[in-house]
Amino acid sequence: MGPTPEVLEKFRKKAELVSAIVSEVDSMAQAIAYTVDLCSQKEACQLLMSGCEESLSDKGRDLCELKQFGKIIAAPALNDADLAELVKQAASREISVIKDGMRSHLAGIDIGFTVADYGIGETGSLVIDSSSEELRLATMVSEIHVAVIPKSRIRATTEDLYDELKGFQSRKPNYLAFVTGASRTADIERVLALGVHGPLELHILILEDK
Amino acid sequence: MQTAKTLSDYNKELREALDNTFLRGAMEKFATAYPVGRANAFREYDVKALIDEVAKVKDAGISRLNELYAEFKAKAEANGIKVHWAKDGDEANEIVARIAKENACKKIVKSKSMTAEETLLNHRLEKDNLEVIETDLGEWIIQLRSEGPSHMVMPAIHLSRYQVAELFSQVTKQDQSTDIQRLVKVARRELRRQYAEADMGISGANFAIAETGTIGLMTNEGNARLVTTLPRVHVAIAGIDKLCGSLNDALKILRVVPKNATGQAITSYVTWISGANECQSAPGNKKEMHIIFLDNGRSEMAKDPLFAQVLRCVRCGACANVCPVYRMVGGHQMGHIYIGAIGLILTYFFHGREKARNLVQNCINCEACKHICAAGIDLPRLIKELHSRILDEEGHPLPSLLLGKLMKNRKLFHTFLRTAKMAQRPLTGGTQYIRHLPHIFSKDHGFKALPAIAAKPFRDRFESLKPRVSAPKYRVALFSGCVQDFVYPEQLEAAVKVLGAHGVEIDFPMDQSCCGLPLQMMGEKKASIDVARQNIDAMAGSYDYIITLCASCASHLKHNYPFLLGENDAQTKAFAAKVIPFSAFMTDVLGVTDEKFTQTHQRVTMHAPCHLCRGMGVVEQPRKLLALGGYEYAQAEQEQVCCGFGGTFSAKFPGVSEQILKNKLADAARTAAEVLVTECPGCIMQLRGGAEVNKSGFAVRHIAEVLADHLK
Repeated sequence: MGPTPEVLEKFRKKAELVSAIVSEVDSMAQAIAYTVDLCSQKEACQLLMSGCEESLSDKGRDLCELKQFGKIIAAPALNDADLAELVKQAASREISVIKDGMRSHLAGIDIGFTVADYGIGETGSLVIDSSSEELRLATMVSEIHVAVIPKSRIRATTEDLYDELKGFQSRKPNYLAFVTGASRTADIERVLALGVHGPLELHILILEDK
Repeated sequence: MQTAKTLSDYNKELREALDNTFLRGAMEKFATAYPVGRANAFREYDVKALIDEVAKVKDAGISRLNELYAEFKAKAEANGIKVHWAKDGDEANEIVARIAKENACKKIVKSKSMTAEETLLNHRLEKDNLEVIETDLGEWIIQLRSEGPSHMVMPAIHLSRYQVAELFSQVTKQDQSTDIQRLVKVARRELRRQYAEADMGISGANFAIAETGTIGLMTNEGNARLVTTLPRVHVAIAGIDKLCGSLNDALKILRVVPKNATGQAITSYVTWISGANECQSAPGNKKEMHIIFLDNGRSEMAKDPLFAQVLRCVRCGACANVCPVYRMVGGHQMGHIYIGAIGLILTYFFHGREKARNLVQNCINCEACKHICAAGIDLPRLIKELHSRILDEEGHPLPSLLLGKLMKNRKLFHTFLRTAKMAQRPLTGGTQYIRHLPHIFSKDHGFKALPAIAAKPFRDRFESLKPRVSAPKYRVALFSGCVQDFVYPEQLEAAVKVLGAHGVEIDFPMDQSCCGLPLQMMGEKKASIDVARQNIDAMAGSYDYIITLCASCASHLKHNYPFLLGENDAQTKAFAAKVIPFSAFMTDVLGVTDEKFTQTHQRVTMHAPCHLCRGMGVVEQPRKLLALGGYEYAQAEQEQVCCGFGGTFSAKFPGVSEQILKNKLADAARTAAEVLVTECPGCIMQLRGGAEVNKSGFAVRHIAEVLADHLK
């Protein structure tokens, strides 16, 4: 049973209101193609990580120089079949795919690719079980976070997900994230700036899964 | 961080803040943008119902904090977390220092925690040569400047991009541009390495859910996620008031806080941590995790029948966002560590009377905070109560004590006012204003012309004015309050004329006195209780309604009397039920039509008195009445923002009062109205006096007067 068209519409609208980029895809292969395309178009950022073009202190710059890899997509929790597809598509564009070792990439990676557990229409939020440290970091240190959300998993409100959420919290241990839009701040003169610590962009791909 | 010792030092600092042009501009922009964003965020919701829910779940938690703590501790410890209880800030700080030592930590990254600000944790850790780095952008900026936050949600709101650029230039030893987007990127890079190098992360917690031992964190920047993930040790510090029973409780609070704080549907990130999670940099691949619950007076507060509600606070900062005083002077003058209305209260409980003494007086009692509070806390009442408590503890100043004694004795008080009329003559120069202020007052108080005391108070005129109504529709008593009785009797006369023309029989019980609000504003609670009792006795006749033309009197009689005399006092209850403001009586009870009024369509604008629009919930009635009365009503911007009077407030904090007034007059002037109408003699005193000095070019009048003008 999927969401009603109203719930789906609200999910999209609310997510877009906080500058998420929302698209619909018919298959995981299409989601992967979207992600690989996005990564290969991301030319400028590949050369310079976000912020590294600025005047930094010597120590601040250190981490910029650590990045000697090419473009990277991290997809820590992808199943084997989807991962194989991603690796295949990425290879033709000279993009490497990693599924672990995120701690060696704290300076930043291009894209973190995840499949979200649930979506919440009321706020346009994604619910992502982030108990795996690799997954958690992939959604934090990536410049772009691409999250696939199977359409059937979008609910109207957090209350509609109550049992599921409580289920996560009852696991030992658990690290659960509600992600709504990109990382943002308005701490300087209340001017909105995206990408202060986490991703600069959030792309949500609603996956048709009926 | 407010630390002034005396009220006069405090006023000096307030002056400096008022003269800070950037701060004023930033505050103005925020004050006008915030209500729009908030309204937008709540558009699809029943706000009151949501807030009631928050109050309900918080109250339920407050009543069983010990139980919740025990449950949380059991669940969390079964899940690998070490849970600590700290009786005060020092103890909390020692626990953190000990954890750092035991785990050989050197560098600490922190995400925003007001609780850690409360305990001054950073100072303690720095004593042990630990390097502590704030990672929330605003917190990092103020840390680098060695300042405290000026807002609970936007700690660096008092700073400009130029100041930040200069600061970042010093920190990076590179010239920085003043482009905000670029400054944010500099912070991104500079702080990223700190996360990577830190061995301890310190966070706060917005929620501590007992049933699963889960903490919840709201952030927009995502810094809390990195702080709780990368370092091998994580210490969360939270007040015990953050404990709640279930996820359901937390979700109810989560639905309200971001909307009320910043007008966001939800923060970018909400992080729920249940147990010590995977951490690749920690031994055994498992995070060393601690949660410290800080009491610091909260347990005692939870037992206080009145002040327990303070623990409902969810730290959204909205009470500052709407505070007209905060808007003028910013957060560093409106709290010690916690800011805004709630800050004035928490300062007393967490940081002591010394720090709170001046602060609790800086409330103009406009009730804007009460009506925006995410948890429905009656903030202005608690502030007044604290003021009174501090006076009881420290001794009442002589003038305040004398005023209390004077007002308790109506005859003496009224004789005093009559005598003052004679004494003021050299100052009025025969006009209706006091033209020359005695020298001691003139410097700060010259921003408005003060009215003179009327030649003959209303009580002496009433018998001759009393309309003879045959077969009256209603029998009402007029409660005048002292300002209208002795300063503006013409307003009451106008009301008598209008009411009489509509078949209302009016009585003016002679034993009535001041409503007692000024006493409460000065912290003289005992005297205000005596006065309340006297007034209830005075108005005990068989009246259908008790009408007042003073919004402050109305709201004080209706809401504060039951509070002062006990909610179950039958006589008080019956009295309070009859109290109604003039405009509400005219429209809601009498249902007046336009037939009796000449329709000139003269353009008027309005100031909505705080105690009318918020205190009494009367918003539409005066607008409607003006239209029926033959006027064209033009709504001024910020119609419901305080005029800056606040009774004794304007005498105590003239600088702040003046600036609030100036905004008000400018808003009114922009409507190009010929008359600024309001329904409270206190507001009229402020606005008319200001319009006179500023030569604003419009008249300031009571709604009863403009109606009487049009009476056919």
